[in-house]
Amino acid sequence: MKAAVVVFPGSNCDTDCFHALKDVMKVPVEFIWHKERSFPKTDLVVIPGGFSYGDYLRTGAIARFSPVMDSVTKHAHEGRAVIGICNGFQILLESGLLPGAMLRNKTLEFICKHTWIRAEENLTIFTGQMEPGETLCVPIAHGEGNYYCDDETLKSLQDHAQIVFRYSSQSGEVREEFNPNGSRDHIAGIVNKKKNVLGMMPHPERASEEILGSHGGRKIWESILNAIG
Amino acid sequence: MPTLDDKTTITPKLIAAHGITPDEYKRIQEILGRDPNITELGMFSVMWSEHCSYKNSKPVLKLFSKMNAELPHQENLLVKPGQENAGIVDIGDGLAVCFKIESHNHPSAIEPFQGAATGVGGILRDIFTMGARPILLMNSLRFGDLAQPVSQRLFRGVVAGIAHYGNCMGIPTVGGDVYFDSSYEGNPLVNAMALGIIKKNEIVRGAATGIGNPVYYVGATTGRDGLGGAAFASKELSDQSHEDRPAVQVGDPFMEKLLMEACLELLKTDALVGMQDMGAAGLTCAGCETASRASTGVEIDLAYVPRRETGMIPYEILLSESQERMLVIVKKGKEKEVERIFEKWDLHAVKIGEVTQGDKYRVLDSGKLAAEIPAKALADEGPIYIREEEKPAYLEETQKLDLGSIKVPRDFNQLLKKLLAHPSIASKSWVWQQYDHMVRTDTVFYPGHDAALIRIKGTQKGIAVSTDCNSLYVYLDPFEGGKIAVAEAARNVVCSGAKPVGLTNCLNFGNPMKPEIFWQFHSAVSGMIESCKMFEIPVTGGNVSFYNESPQGAIFPTPTIGMVGLMENIEKRVPSFFQNKGDLIFLAGETFNEIGGTHYLMMEHGLKKGLPPRLDLKREKALHQFILDAAQGGKLASCHDLSEGGLALALAECCFKSDQELGAVINGMGAIQEGSTGLRTDALYFGESQSRAVISVSPNHKDDIKRLAQKYGVKFYEIGVVNADSLVVEDRIHLTVQQMKNIFESTIPKTMERFS
Repeated sequence: MKAAVVVFPGSNCDTDCFHALKDVMKVPVEFIWHKERSFPKTDLVVIPGGFSYGDYLRTGAIARFSPVMDSVTKHAHEGRAVIGICNGFQILLESGLLPGAMLRNKTLEFICKHTWIRAEENLTIFTGQMEPGETLCVPIAHGEGNYYCDDETLKSLQDHAQIVFRYSSQSGEVREEFNPNGSRDHIAGIVNKKKNVLGMMPHPERASEEILGSHGGRKIWESILNAIG
Repeated sequence: MPTLDDKTTITPKLIAAHGITPDEYKRIQEILGRDPNITELGMFSVMWSEHCSYKNSKPVLKLFSKMNAELPHQENLLVKPGQENAGIVDIGDGLAVCFKIESHNHPSAIEPFQGAATGVGGILRDIFTMGARPILLMNSLRFGDLAQPVSQRLFRGVVAGIAHYGNCMGIPTVGGDVYFDSSYEGNPLVNAMALGIIKKNEIVRGAATGIGNPVYYVGATTGRDGLGGAAFASKELSDQSHEDRPAVQVGDPFMEKLLMEACLELLKTDALVGMQDMGAAGLTCAGCETASRASTGVEIDLAYVPRRETGMIPYEILLSESQERMLVIVKKGKEKEVERIFEKWDLHAVKIGEVTQGDKYRVLDSGKLAAEIPAKALADEGPIYIREEEKPAYLEETQKLDLGSIKVPRDFNQLLKKLLAHPSIASKSWVWQQYDHMVRTDTVFYPGHDAALIRIKGTQKGIAVSTDCNSLYVYLDPFEGGKIAVAEAARNVVCSGAKPVGLTNCLNFGNPMKPEIFWQFHSAVSGMIESCKMFEIPVTGGNVSFYNESPQGAIFPTPTIGMVGLMENIEKRVPSFFQNKGDLIFLAGETFNEIGGTHYLMMEHGLKKGLPPRLDLKREKALHQFILDAAQGGKLASCHDLSEGGLALALAECCFKSDQELGAVINGMGAIQEGSTGLRTDALYFGESQSRAVISVSPNHKDDIKRLAQKYGVKFYEIGVVNADSLVVEDRIHLTVQQMKNIFESTIPKTMERFS
């Protein structure tokens, strides 16, 4: 498997994702500068977290016009894997690769802390190594992670098993008090209908090594590695 | 101030409005051999302000340099205080750390969000200007009583401002300290610290060397924001201060992120000669300081300076403190390479001048001379004053404390709950959850530990950092308080298993023209130096912030310490919280009848009085050596330093962090009491005697740890055992961990919640 991490101006989890893939998971990985119109064929594209274009206008709203995004869309349409984390998720929403939009957190404050998320199903390349209902400890760090979509979209997400992660308690209960940002249906991560594009607010790259206090994110990398080989 | 243009006549009134005394004006005339024009007057006024020239503090600050020079291991201090934008300490294996703390108090009092945000921006530029990549941020904050709506507004704004800037930059804010006291009402303190990592052979100097080398202006455009900010920071806050709002700058962390990446990329080429950020005093300061350091001249033409406003006159361009701008000196002939890098990051990079022969900072405006001043006179030869000092009269009153009149409260359960609910002591998770404290995936100890701990990828090393200052101690006894500020910050770092290698300080005081304030300042610095000498910790620099006074009076003197410790092997780190059921709990250090200046006395008896605890430097050093030795040997399950709230609070805090709920049963308080004759029970539980720590160890290591304590002459008491879900201390305290945690965690959110 080969991976690539896209770097926008203002990306700041790019080196973290690079480190998690290369040094922890031992996957060959390259950076792609956002001004590149094309990039060599790769199995996984990571759109990392950060503040692309300083979050000006709206989170992810400018990044989606970066030259590299056409190639990312092509890569996705060819059925290869894309994972957008945090600001990466926001960019995927803005670019239309995933449905929905982001609102400010319900507290109106930026929140950085460990959260528990429940894996809702394991039929995607991102969750193959999990049991449905299994919980993972993965940190969040965002000001706009309050996922929103209309009723019709939500129903479609539910019907097509596109909701991959929900915020929960450690034991897997899904309730308001375990949802840090007020997201609709406690959504922490969704996939597209083809299930090759994942957007999630929690940061798996921050939960890939024991020394950092949690390792739930590692299971996501392991699932991808296992699926792609 | 009236509208200025280049024909403005210099009147005594105008000179006074620039904060320049008649004597200082005479010196300016001597330096120039003529009268200055308005532009030059403005340049002198900012460069000779306290903020830039340290004219009132230099004679005292020199004591730090003198102390440094007498320490062993001189060679480890790679960049000394005052030499560059930030100090640098060698940490071995070709690596070094570059760190500094700086205040942004006045801007934050007027406009808390932008004031705090740009404070973070400024300190980060100081670090990457040296060629170091910033890897962490810390901050030390002081506000008035949190029950006051104005304190809440400032607190909310400052925290959000710090979060805004640091989060966007992608540099984790990993810790700090926050206190609330009425002395800070109207004059909050916002001290931001940054630390960067650098290869020893890649240190960049802020010097304009090489005659003919081009001088570039890089980054954001110049506007009228922050005009004269340095001068604004050098006077007391008053009811009219809000009129100075234009002196508060507006930050753009996205621009700074681009600037940082571009500058660090430039560093990897051989095109770079020197860098200096445009912070306080903007283009004036950057130009004359780079020339002064290199003993060269610099000539620039303002016509090339990118602007965001029209109609700006030279005076305004030179004094503007618009953020996110750098002056970069590069090798002649490498211009294309430099411009390519900045273009990649979509940044302005404009050649505005070059390094010249001679010693003048020459400023042209479309070819026409606008200002010409010897660079050294402007940068380094400002006036220096030895201020009068006098022991404050209040000390006589505050130091009178009759212990006999202080009744020992009956209900210690209640007292401990009250302490846990005090905003200065309660959990600050409401604060640090707004900071991205994990980005860069290096944060090993999160906020809430005695010290933050960051790993350095590719090595086994860790860097532990703590900020600290108990300003009530400094108020009640500046010398002893200064000593304790250093000792306590060092103890925090040591308790995590790291050896202190250097400190930076931010000296926040009132108006230095008042002899009593200057006495506080001088005494506190002398106290700090005593501790530094004993622990062999060099001072790498920092910042002085005077004039921290509101109409209600001066703040408590607050010499904030930013302590940096090195851990050679991060696997030897020691957490601050209990880890395993069944581990034995010890108290290291001696307890005395020390109630003066304690949080307990202030909270329970309403007194900010008495002598603060005494610090015996030898005893403190022995404690450090003992803990570091024990940590190296892997004998410690946890180690937590004792401070506000004493032993009882420390024990409660030890129960808070573990994933499992771990409490403790303490039944050895009697032994401590026997070791100290006539010890009051309130002093035993809530006193703040120095040089103490609560340690937990596995029963297997019991004999080893006792032997070690004996080896270093540290008094050592076995007081209890780690147990399930409750804290029980003799028959005086019995609380469940959940009960304590609820109080500890909910105090600040309850006050600050917007929707309840």
